[in-house]
This record gives sequence, C-alpha cells and structure tokens, in this order.
Amino acid sequence: MGYTLIEKIIKKNIGADHVEPGQIVTVNVDRVMIHDIFIPFVAEKFEEMGFQKLWDPDKVVLIYDHLVPTSAVEDVRHFKIGDAFADKYGLTHVHRSDGICHQLMTEKGYAKPGDIVFGTDSHTTTYGCVGCFSSGIGYTEMAAILGTGEMWIRVPETIKVVIDGTLPANVSAKDVILRLIGDLRADGATYKALEITGSTVDAMSVASRMTISNMAIEAGAKACLFRPDEKTCEYSGVSMEDVDWLYGDDDASYCRVMTYRAEDLVPVCACPSQVDNIHPVSEVEGTKLDQVFIGSCTNGRLEDLAVAAHILEGKTVACKLIITPASRQIYLDAIKAGYMKTLAEAGAIITQPGCGLCCGRAGGILTDGEKVLATNNRNFLGRMGTSKVGIYLGSPATAATSAIYGKITMPENLQ
Amino acid sequence: MGMTLGEKIIARAAGVDEVKPNDIHTVTLDRMMSNDGTTHLTVDMYYNQLKNPKIADKDKIVFIMDHNVPAENPKTAEAHKKMRNFAHDHGIKLYEGQGVCHQIMMEDYVCPGELIFGADSHTTTYGALGAFGTGVGCTDFLYAMTTGTSWVMVPETIRFNLHGSLREGVYARDLILTIIGDIGANGANYKIMEFAGDGAHNLSIDERIVLCNLTVEAGAKAGIVEPDEKVVEYCKAHGREAVHMFKSDDDAQFAAVYDYDLSKIEPVVVRPDFVDNFALLKDVKKEKIAIDEAFVGSCNNGRIEDLRAAADAVRGKKISPKVRFIVAPASKAVYIEALEEGVITTLMEAGAMIMNPNCSVCWGSCQGVIGENEVLISTGTRNFKGRAGHPTSKVYLSNAAVAAASAVAGYITDGVD
Amino acid sequence: MSNTEKFTGRVWVLGDDIDTDIIIPTEYLALPTVEDMKQYGFSPLRPELAGQIREGDIIVAGKNFGCGSSREQAPEIIKALKIKCVIAKSYARIFFRNSINNGLLLIENSEIQDVVKEGDTITVTMGESIEKDGQIFPITPLPQNLMDIINAGGLVKAMQKRNGII
Repeated sequence: MGYTLIEKIIKKNIGADHVEPGQIVTVNVDRVMIHDIFIPFVAEKFEEMGFQKLWDPDKVVLIYDHLVPTSAVEDVRHFKIGDAFADKYGLTHVHRSDGICHQLMTEKGYAKPGDIVFGTDSHTTTYGCVGCFSSGIGYTEMAAILGTGEMWIRVPETIKVVIDGTLPANVSAKDVILRLIGDLRADGATYKALEITGSTVDAMSVASRMTISNMAIEAGAKACLFRPDEKTCEYSGVSMEDVDWLYGDDDASYCRVMTYRAEDLVPVCACPSQVDNIHPVSEVEGTKLDQVFIGSCTNGRLEDLAVAAHILEGKTVACKLIITPASRQIYLDAIKAGYMKTLAEAGAIITQPGCGLCCGRAGGILTDGEKVLATNNRNFLGRMGTSKVGIYLGSPATAATSAIYGKITMPENLQ
Repeated sequence: MGMTLGEKIIARAAGVDEVKPNDIHTVTLDRMMSNDGTTHLTVDMYYNQLKNPKIADKDKIVFIMDHNVPAENPKTAEAHKKMRNFAHDHGIKLYEGQGVCHQIMMEDYVCPGELIFGADSHTTTYGALGAFGTGVGCTDFLYAMTTGTSWVMVPETIRFNLHGSLREGVYARDLILTIIGDIGANGANYKIMEFAGDGAHNLSIDERIVLCNLTVEAGAKAGIVEPDEKVVEYCKAHGREAVHMFKSDDDAQFAAVYDYDLSKIEPVVVRPDFVDNFALLKDVKKEKIAIDEAFVGSCNNGRIEDLRAAADAVRGKKISPKVRFIVAPASKAVYIEALEEGVITTLMEAGAMIMNPNCSVCWGSCQGVIGENEVLISTGTRNFKGRAGHPTSKVYLSNAAVAAASAVAGYITDGVD
Repeated sequence: MSNTEKFTGRVWVLGDDIDTDIIIPTEYLALPTVEDMKQYGFSPLRPELAGQIREGDIIVAGKNFGCGSSREQAPEIIKALKIKCVIAKSYARIFFRNSINNGLLLIENSEIQDVVKEGDTITVTMGESIEKDGQIFPITPLPQNLMDIINAGGLVKAMQKRNGII
C-alpha cells in the first residue's frame, strides 16, 4: 500500500516501516522557530520545566518580526528576554530585523524538503511549499521540544487537491487558496494534511506555493505540502536525489480528493470577517476602500511586489497603500528591480519588513467604518483595528488595482 | 532706522512700511501647515466652539500626516480619519505618509519673505529659504485658518555671523548644537536667530534647514538664513519663484551679535535630557556609552546628505547585533533619491531598518519606541526625558555619521579610535 | 482531574469560528502577564463579557472554536477567567493542543447548542454526559495520552516529572 507525502516524511523520521492516520507517534524535530511575541513565554516554560540546556541549539531559530519596529515601550522586553535566552543557551540563529519568520525559515534554508519543523505561529504550515512537514504549536509545547527534541503527533489524514491547467492571467496563487478555503470552510481540514498537486502548481514558483501552504491553516490544516521539484531544489539548495522520495504514492489513501480546473478559477476576495467567506471580486467590485495593504508572510514576496509595481507603474493611488515586504532580502531585490521606486512614486507607504499591519499591532491600523483590502491571511474581527473595520483579503493584483481606484476592482489581465 | 530680515518679513505681512521689536501687528499669513499631532484637536474646536465657521483661504492651508504614519492604533486611526475628512470636505491639500511635514513644506511650498504658521514647533525650518516660519498651538492655528490672519509681537533679532566652512566630518548639525550649547535652551527666547556672513552662504539649503529647524531648541521664534542665489535655485528647481529676498539693513538693530568660525566647530554629542547639554564627541566617545538603538532621520537630519553620511559610516560593515538601527528618510523625494544613489541598499545591507518617510523615532510614540533604561543615539530634534519611549530611557543627540558609526560599534563613537 | 468528575455551571453562548483574535486580540499580547490580558478576553466580539464571567462558568460554542493563531494566551485567558470548561462542536487543532497542555478542559458535543441559552445551568459528568433540565447528552472521553498530560497537571508538570524536579 502506498503512502501520502506527509506519511512518508513521518515514516522516515521515526524509522518505521509503516504509519497510518490516527496513529500517535513521537517524531524527532529537525528545526524549530520561535518568534518575538512568544519567546518570553517559551523561555519561562523552558526553565519552569527544569531543563538545563537546549537539545540542539543549531536547530533553534529565533526571529523578531511582530514587534519590529517597536511601537510601545513594553515591546523591547521581548527582545531583551530573547537576547538573554540566546546568550544563555548558545543560540546562533537569531534574526532581529530581517523580516517575517516564515519567509526567513525557507529563504535562509532553515526548513528544507523532508524536514519536520514546528514553530510558535499558526502560519508555520508555510514550509510545506518546499515539501517540509511544518506546523504551528503553542509555547508550552515549544518549551518541551527545546528540551527533548521530540514531539508527539497524531498522523493526519491527507486531503489531496489536484489543480490542472493554466490559470487565467488575472488569477494568482492567492485566489487559488482562497477558493480552496471557501470550499473546505474554516474547519474543513482540521487535523488533516493537504497535499497539493497538478500541472497548475507544478508551473508555480516556490513563492506562489508558499502563499498556498501559508494559508492552509485557515482551513484548519495541520500541514500543506507540495512535492519538491527542480525549482524547490534550487530554492532550498538541495539536489534532486535528496528529494526524489518526497511524493504521494498513486495508491496512497486520501480521505478526500478535490479537483480543480485552473481555467475555471476567478479572482476572489475573502469578505469580512471570516477567511472562508469567499466571493468573486466581481461581486464586491466597487466597494469603497480606505486603505490597501500588500505584505505579510502570505503575499509580501518579490513576485507580489513585481505585480504591484507592474500595475502601479505611472499611476497614483487613490487611497492609502501600505507595502510591507516580507524580508530584508526581498526589499533589497525589489530595489534592484526598480519596484520600490515605482511603488514610492505611485504614492505607496513602504515600511520596514516585518509582520506589520497583518498582526494588528501597528503598520496602518484602522477605525470604525473603514474598509481595507489586504493581501495577508486573516480578516478576523478586530484584526486590524476596531471590530467595525471591514477587512477584505485578495491577491496582490486585486490589491494594487483597487488602490488605483480607491475601491475594490478586478485586477487587470496581467502578462 | 533700519530693519532686520525678520522685521521686514513681518512688515510685509502686516502691510506696513516699518516695524520695530515689541510692536504688535496683525499679519496676513502666506501659508498655514498643520500635522496629525494636533489637527484633530483643531477640527474639534472648529466644529464645537465656533459659530458658522469657515475657512478663509483653503489654498493657503496644508495638512500633513507624518507623526503616527502608518497608524499604530485605532485612536490614531480615528484622529487621522477626522483630519482626512476635514481636508476632503474643505478642499484642503492633504499629504498622507509622504514625509515629515517640514520637509514637504520646503519641497513644495516655502518661498523667501513669506510668513508661515505651522502647528508644530519646528516650523522655524522655513528660514532656510529666507522665510519666517513659526510654530503655534492649535487655537492660534484655528484663528489663522478661519481668518487668514493672526497677530504677532515683533521679536528682537540675534545675529549670527558665520565665517568660513565646516571641516570634513563636521556637519551643520554640530554647528547648531554648538550654538545651542553656547547660548542655552532659552538663549534666544522669543527672538529671531538670523544667520548671515560668508559661512552661512557656504552652507547648502539642506544644511541651512538643519540650522533653522533646531533654533526653536534655543527658544527662538524663528531662525532665518539670509537668502541668496542658492535659495533662488532651490525654489526654481522646485517650480517656484523667489520674490521677496530680504536682508537686514546695515543699520538694523540686533539684540546681540555672535561670530562663529565654522572651521573651529567639532562633532558634538548632546547628553540627556536637554538639548543644550553640550559635549564634544571626542570626550564622550572615551566613555564608550553602550546604546540599544540608533536613529537617523527627522525633520532635522533625514535628508539625502544625512543619509549619505550614515551610509558612508556603515558601508561594508554590519551593525552591532543588539543595536536596532532605524533610518527614516525625511520625505518620499529623499527616499527615492537615496534609492537611486544606492544609499538605501548600503544602509540595509549593513542591517538598518528603513522606515517609511515620517517623524518615526523622533516623535517617539509609535515607531522604534525604546524601553526601560535603554539608550538611544539620535539625529532627532530633542532628547527630553522619555522623548523616545520609557521615562527611564536616555537620548543622546549627534550627527548622522556618528549615529550610524555608533550603530556599528554598539557604543557612542565616530568609529575612529 | 479524574475522568468521572461532575460539575455544574452557568452557560455563556458563543457562535461558530470563535477565533484567537477574538479570544485575545494581538494588541494585548505584549502585556506582561495573562492576568493583565484577561480583561480583554473576547473584547472584539463582546467587550463586556470578560467582566461578567464568574468562576465555574461554562462556554458553549459552535464549530471550529479557537481557530487562527497559535497564541497560547487564548486558552490561558479562558482559564484565567476561571471558565470551568468549553463545550464546542469542534476545535481548531493548535488551540486544542494548547488547551490540553495548559489543563483547560475541552468537551466536544454538537447537540447541547440547540437547547441551551445564555444564563442556563448545565451539569457535566466527565467522560460521560452533559445534562440540561433532565436532558442527557453523551460525551466521549479524551484519548489516554491526552488524559495523561491533563492528569500530570499539564505539559509543564509532565516535563518537570521527566526532569526529576517534582
């Protein structure tokens, strides 16, 4: 009998001949990620648990991103505690202002194909873009992993999603994942893994796959994996031989198979205030906007900035446009490509890479009655200000086009 | 009897031939600027305390959001909404997130000889183009906005004759901090600080901005550099014509006259918590004062020349891992220029965080806020207690090169042992 | 906590998809302690709720309770508000793990929502049933490995035992 992609990763990790959904196993963790919001709690729990040292300091990555730059006097407390923890236990992988944790985990090669990685953030599912089993956990469990290097998991069932064909020019990976969440609903993949395949995703960049795996958590998924290919290998700096075992078998057992024709997909928005409240952009077109936000671990990458720059070239925004690149490297690459100049000239407010507005602590907070179209991953009540802010989620193309008109607008057909 | 440069501007605005110190005149304002620090308060008064209020001349009013941009909480967002709606309803030009108000005013509006009110103390900046800019509270601003006029008491003028040129590695920032150190934080209280002499004319417009901007820290009502050909060129380059190029008469009366030899000025570090707590870098750097954050930016020191100096100080180096190095270009135009020159890339490669153009750390309420007992070296305008965050934190002021070099070293230094 | 404990509590009714940003908005996450944060619990949805909850109250909610972020403050705040247990149709997985690790009792049941309204009193017998005015709704016991963590007093205690410090 065959195995799904995630089953193969778990099987190899624990050295078992066989695993099956529902089984509870203890895995050896390849890497963990802790971010600034939770490091004080992880540090406290770690010491409370009575550990003296980290199981492997090289496997621990500490990233400051939610509070960068600081917006309140108490914020630096997190950095002080993080720095002290890093010094005391010999952490070397510390990023203090380099970008969003999930972007850095793959960009810097911390999460690689076939690895098992946990992070203190729900969007840790992101690393599935390179065929890594990665998932979000709380800080107490993180503290336990730091001491033991182990974590119990229930082997999840896998939902297979097959997308074939060529996406229309104005439809992007963001529209694909939003549609998928709309179909699965916010809890449709709870405790399950998604495995995304088909010619459409084969044609996608690693960055686009990242958009999809990032948001899988919004359907409740434990992980969302793509089979690594040559693009993955180049991105992750591994060889094809390293990853040739990372695919779901044809005779693997999937709890559900969902099939899409890429040509049928259209630009969509998640409307307030649930991520699974999906509507075609055409249905909400004309909704007046106070702000547009392009950024986050979902859509703050170079290809997203490229799309925005392409659309905004020579234009002027009609409402506030906030752009927050996902990492320092992306920002530098975007300068080199001329995108930053184009975006600034169009009137964009370009901020330091970090979580920015998406985590609701700064970066363009809104108030009662205002509406924002954003490329990030959540539109929960109160996520970006008061509970009377309307948050629409959409693709970078929809966002950039809407910024030109100050209202939700169908993205231009992009080449 | 002759008049000073500042007196001539007031006379023009009052429509009289002559004014003298301590006279009170009604003046017609050439321009009024209000930012998001207080505009929402002005708007509240406009609607709640005036009967049938109206705007005298919308084209003379400029609203600029720069203090808390982008908004960091719903309260700020609410204040911004009020400001945005008011601008929209009254046809007032609004800038949102395009730079620090004073820099935008310099780039887009200020002309020599004008009298300009700004609802911000650093409105003195506009003297760099030979204008009389002064800060007012929101009640004064409301009156000005609704009548187009205000009253001023003519201040006395202190003349600073500047000679020669600054040495390499010494900046206008060091000059003005030295002057404030000499005359004290109230040394020019309610007076005009006028800068003239060959040394003043040797300064670029950007350097003159640094000078005039900080005169308020000596208590000045205005700081004005005698306008010259550089002012004409600056205006022309920004699509404006310089018309009223005033100079003090030879027989003008000055409250005091100081002479400064620019070649004698040395890099300065101002210690906490007062802008006149003057010290020389060469003394301070011996103490190796550890820093947690370094800031290059603000209406005082966020222009291209400052960013270049910061980039030169960090080129090819990495900042100290535990220092947060924040750079905020003063405006979109500055940012784009810095992008094109590779300055932003150099700074980022060294580990700097680049902010959207805004007041940033200098305003101290929402971006790069420092914590308990932390130390900041800043090119901002002020180092008052708690200015940048926690009441126990400390702010040192320096030029951009020193702030950047300190970010690399982790302590206050120019990087030269 | 034994698998047969019995308790009675007053009910607060919440809907589907109660996300972690509702349970505790991000802007309060940097407050020093959960005690400082708990007053903001559920504030985007019902700002007054945290102040009204009394010790031993029970939250009854719909599906996908706790969806969203991995913030462990979410179950901690519910615990700090002295909620005895949450009964929901289903839970998001990170929230579920975090609750177990912090010793917050979660019960899965899809019927009680139809018969309770806010302010009602219900009785829970662990591993057995929920009772409302004589109506009985069976509940399934938690798997043994989770009860082990709960019985240890949460994951911290379990690790302390492992490290020989208790």
